[in-house]
Amino acid sequence: MSILGWLLPAVPIVTGVLLLTGRFVFGRSLDRPAPAIAIGAALVALCLAIAAAMVRPTVQFPLFGRLPAGLAVDGLSAALVLTVTAVSLAVLLFSAGELSPDESRARFFGLMLVFTGAMLVTVTATDLAVLLMGWEVMGAMSYALIGFWWREPRRVSSADISFVTTRAGDLGLYFAAGAALVGTGALSLSDLAAADGPWRDLIAAGVVLAALGKSAQLPFSFWLSRAMDGPSPVSALLHSATMVAAGAYLLLRLEPLLAATGWAATLVAWLGALTALLLGAVALAQRDLKQLLAASTCAQIGFMVLGAGAGAVAGGAAHLVAHAAVKSLLFLGAGAWLSALGTKDLMELHGAARRHRLLGVTFGIGLLALAGAPPLSLWATKDTVLSAAFEHSLPLYAVGLAAALLSAGYAGRALFAVARPIDAMTRTDTEQVGTRHISLLEKLPLPALALGSAALGVFALPLVDEAWRNLLGTGREPGPGPAELALSGALVLLVLALTWVFVRHGGRIRTAWAAPAQHWLHLERLAELLIARPVFTLATALARFDDRVIDGGVRATAATGRLASALAGRRVEVRVDGLVRAIGRGTRRLADLARRPQTGQAHTYYAQAAVLFAVLILIVLLVR
Amino acid sequence: MNVLSLVIFLPLAVALGLYAVPGLGARAVTWTWIAACAVDFALVIAMWIGHGTGDGISYETKVRWIPSVSAGYHIGVDGLSLPLLALTSLLFLACAIYSLRQERQVRAFAALFLFLQTVSLGLFAALDLLLFFVFFDLSIVGMYFVIAGWGHGDRMRSALKFFLYTFLGSLALLLGFIGLYLGAEPHTFDMVELTRTPPLAGSTGLAGLVLLAIGIGLAIKTPTVPFHTWLPPAHTDAPAAGSAILAGILLKMGTYGFVRIAMPMLPDAWRRYAWVIIIVGLIGVLYGALVAYAQEDLKRLIAYTSVNHMGYIIVALGAAGALGDQAARRLAVDGAATQMVSHGLITGALFLLAGVLYDRAGTYDMGRFGGLAGRAPVFSALVAVGAFASLGLPGFSGFIAEFQIFAGVIGSGGTGLVVVGALAIPGILITAALFLRLLHRAVLGPPGELTARVTDAHRSELGAVVPLLAPAVVIGVAPRFLLDVIEPASAAVISLVAR
Repeated sequence: MSILGWLLPAVPIVTGVLLLTGRFVFGRSLDRPAPAIAIGAALVALCLAIAAAMVRPTVQFPLFGRLPAGLAVDGLSAALVLTVTAVSLAVLLFSAGELSPDESRARFFGLMLVFTGAMLVTVTATDLAVLLMGWEVMGAMSYALIGFWWREPRRVSSADISFVTTRAGDLGLYFAAGAALVGTGALSLSDLAAADGPWRDLIAAGVVLAALGKSAQLPFSFWLSRAMDGPSPVSALLHSATMVAAGAYLLLRLEPLLAATGWAATLVAWLGALTALLLGAVALAQRDLKQLLAASTCAQIGFMVLGAGAGAVAGGAAHLVAHAAVKSLLFLGAGAWLSALGTKDLMELHGAARRHRLLGVTFGIGLLALAGAPPLSLWATKDTVLSAAFEHSLPLYAVGLAAALLSAGYAGRALFAVARPIDAMTRTDTEQVGTRHISLLEKLPLPALALGSAALGVFALPLVDEAWRNLLGTGREPGPGPAELALSGALVLLVLALTWVFVRHGGRIRTAWAAPAQHWLHLERLAELLIARPVFTLATALARFDDRVIDGGVRATAATGRLASALAGRRVEVRVDGLVRAIGRGTRRLADLARRPQTGQAHTYYAQAAVLFAVLILIVLLVR
Repeated sequence: MNVLSLVIFLPLAVALGLYAVPGLGARAVTWTWIAACAVDFALVIAMWIGHGTGDGISYETKVRWIPSVSAGYHIGVDGLSLPLLALTSLLFLACAIYSLRQERQVRAFAALFLFLQTVSLGLFAALDLLLFFVFFDLSIVGMYFVIAGWGHGDRMRSALKFFLYTFLGSLALLLGFIGLYLGAEPHTFDMVELTRTPPLAGSTGLAGLVLLAIGIGLAIKTPTVPFHTWLPPAHTDAPAAGSAILAGILLKMGTYGFVRIAMPMLPDAWRRYAWVIIIVGLIGVLYGALVAYAQEDLKRLIAYTSVNHMGYIIVALGAAGALGDQAARRLAVDGAATQMVSHGLITGALFLLAGVLYDRAGTYDMGRFGGLAGRAPVFSALVAVGAFASLGLPGFSGFIAEFQIFAGVIGSGGTGLVVVGALAIPGILITAALFLRLLHRAVLGPPGELTARVTDAHRSELGAVVPLLAPAVVIGVAPRFLLDVIEPASAAVISLVAR
């Protein structure tokens, strides 16, 4: 059944490429059927994913030399392909409702399909080369999608920043591939943990760098803030099942490698925990709903990264799957309100949940799940990760728990903002002119995603978790006991209550204290000041150096040549030529002299002959 | 006369034919030119199929030429030259199609390009140093007339600079060739003989000097830093098709010379000075990318990315001479050979696209455009595809080449090579940043000062660029058809250089 392994990524990618190129053949008329075609392809992909999850196809093909390369669906991949295709279908359905027909929909849906297909390649790849192919194409698609409204320079800049930042991380994978070649003689993911000696550390370093960049973990988090400039459905897909999830997936997949090195596991665990904590604080300080959700994505991915570092592969994967449902739901909801009410400012969204009941209810479920409220999904999955962190070290657990409580805080803040009644201060259309309408297609995926947000936590609960671990093929992992679950649930509810009290009393966080959090810890400014600008300055300086010094040297050589020739021409040549001319003049004068005797008269010749004869006789006489 | 000679001399024959038929109109001339290129390309494809995936030389011909110095008309193809022959015939075909809109002195232009095609094909097929040298020099002459005759801007000066600089390089090359000739026992210019028994095996000092002469000659042509400054002005002032050939084919003559001549004929010296070569390549990678990043002129930008891309090839070939795992070094040479093809396709396409811009607006200044995607969507899409292909995105040939180079260089396992690999990899980040800057400034955003002048790509332009980008995608997605041909040859190179 290897054909299935090919078809799974090929269907969305080929359909996407056809939509993208078809636009230039059929013109704008393709924009009308594009959503239907894309949804059809996504549906087929979902069916293929279900089939692949059951059949577990494996594809092997030669790529470089004799190095084996391939695609395969194992337990973890099965969970991922189902998540990716399901979320992608939901998001495409929503997009079909949201994107007006006068947008270039063929381009949008084409890019979304290739984006999805690239993620499918990434999560089914069995070696670093194929993984990197999906990985980087995904980055390029996110560039094109974030910059979808390309006429606006800010959005294009955001796309630039996203691509360059994530590619900076991707360099790690190129390096890891080289190190893997030395360490294991091949590129297979499954052998990386067995690489010898220092090569294992180098591979791990490259992989960690790539994963942190893609997953917007510290210090790369800022690109995710800029990624918000894309259309809402793009955020819904990019923040849930693709792109940022890829980094977490890679770390979960290569957990044995991290564990084998020791330091990499600890580093990753701490970076994940710190990202969860600090970006949680960032989320808490945001006024813009989409920025809040973006920061919360970094924070939640932080839990998955923490899970990979702490050895909780099943817990981390469960968190990934459940978070994908939650976050796609929330971004679709925020996007629906943005297009209907024209705002994503939390202060102006008051009453939003009451105006649009279905959206309000599902959005509320999503936020409660994000908060970690029992019995919704992220409550249990996060606790699985935390209990693994507890086994690792107590400070790690404490940071993780604090981050979990922060997520209750920011989710609560967003929840109370949209749930409280509309008031006199609420203004709509602060960003764009809203349509005041949410279409059926936009509503359609929300209940399913809400159900997922509520229920997908079962994978982390006792009884079901064993089946989940069997699916992923991971060993026994420390799970949370009932007491832990109850405690964290109670704490979350307490934080939610406190947040409610705080919001109700119109509490505001002191801005001076919150400034770094509001500005995403100033990471983008730091990256610009410390890296982007110095590199560009260096480039400009080198360009000048190239013109003046290197090419200057060439020009100077040429000029020296010209100077030498001028010198030769004016000084040396004049004298040499003068000599030649002098010889010429002398010869001519001699010739003139020689012509004199040639008179043509016989008596002169006779006289000359007589003189010559006399001279000859004289010589003969004298010499003898 | 075998099919290879036919492939080489068919363009020249057609060029002479164009002058033999006096009444031919401009249109007819161009279509004849296109037809000749198409036939030539088809013949190369047939040769590709005939060659198969074995190692060794096929379509070999050896005819006495100058027996007094043992130089013969000796040609043949193997896994290194065949992809370049295919690239050459395809790129010349694309240039012919692109030139359908050419109006000035069409006959002379077509004849010159056909002449250049014969010269380029001959060079890649040559198995005799003197023959190689003759083609090498004629390519400089041909390109001089293309720039001087059909260029723009300060074309006479650029053409002269190009000619003198690369001609100087060819003189160094000739010196090296004479060194090889004298070093061989018995004296010969035959490349197969010289490869079989490397000359100057006993005298390391002389071999080093000969490598220096050949290295400088080829480094100027490639070009590597610091011998690259003839490239930007030559590109800027050359006509689009000339730029495409210059970057796509003529630069490859340098890198091909390294693999074909320097490495197998001077293996000792190559290994001894491998680190010099690696460092020169590494500087080219980083320096080329950084200088390109700061360019305002589209053609200069692409020219400097060529310096960067050629740098990867030099790093890989240098690493092939350093100690280390054999399979990994072979991977690096595979990557280098793939990069030659890939760069020819992608940069050729980018230069043709730059020509479209100049045709409409008369400038290459990126800052004066903007929002081209609205005015010229097809053109913009092609530029975007070309840009992403050139920055090494997977799915395009550049990735296949660069991934192999990086993995091969690092995979060789030496500490030094790991450091070199780690330093070279950021090159693809800088190229990413510079191509995004190009897209941001010229293609996306609000319309600029000259945007209104730009009309979308014409059919002939499309017909020239798409056939270049399409194989780049095919190689990027299914590279085996190319690698199957390259791999036996690169394995041979590795074992030759290891002697």
